[in-house]
Amino acid sequence: MINVLLFAQLQEEAGRDRLEVEMGETTVKELKQRLQDSFQLGRLESTMAAVNEEYARDEDTVKPGDTVAFIPPVSGG
Amino acid sequence: MDEKLFDITKEPIQVEELVKKVERREAGAITTFIGTVREWTKGKRTVYLKYEAYVPMAIKMLEKIGQEVQAEWPDTKIAVTHRIGKLDISEAAVVIAVSSPHRKAAYQANEYVIERIKQIVPIWKKEHWEDGETWIGDQLENVPYPEGKPRMEEDQG
Repeated sequence: MINVLLFAQLQEEAGRDRLEVEMGETTVKELKQRLQDSFQLGRLESTMAAVNEEYARDEDTVKPGDTVAFIPPVSGG
Repeated sequence: MDEKLFDITKEPIQVEELVKKVERREAGAITTFIGTVREWTKGKRTVYLKYEAYVPMAIKMLEKIGQEVQAEWPDTKIAVTHRIGKLDISEAAVVIAVSSPHRKAAYQANEYVIERIKQIVPIWKKEHWEDGETWIGDQLENVPYPEGKPRMEEDQG
């Protein structure tokens, strides 16, 4: 099980702030693909991801138990 | 004594508390930056803002910025608090305090911190206008991360 967190506009689009995805070891890119197919989250492809609170690249590994957050462009300050 | 130098809060930020956190006998300067909610942006009137954060990661990224500051300006001490939730016009969204033996480093480090917050800290602002609402940082308005991810220290060579 991979825990997925959604924020800002992605959260509104999905109508929820977290998802659980049944997947084995995978990559950020494949997880994005899966979510796009299952939840019609169209912008994921160009959205930053963080695995266990660290920014990650598309080719980085995601393991069951990891928390993957999708980070739309930030606007703090 | 509250030694949380990097914090995310739902409460109004007390500037004096941040100043106290960085006060030291060896400091000859303390700079503070207060980021406030602006009413007018390019002719549009903001009624209020809402900030949302991925809190544990936001604190981690603030700590990372703190480490970057230590590497560049070793004698400084910094404290940052960012507020989340609903904020009215003129309220402080972020306060940054930096102390250093001399003023130049305190000014420079302080500006560096706010620029980095805007690049890597997972906090989002939703503008509530008179006639609607928008998430700022929306990809329709900005090119988010031209390098594929926010610039992190290890990428800067």
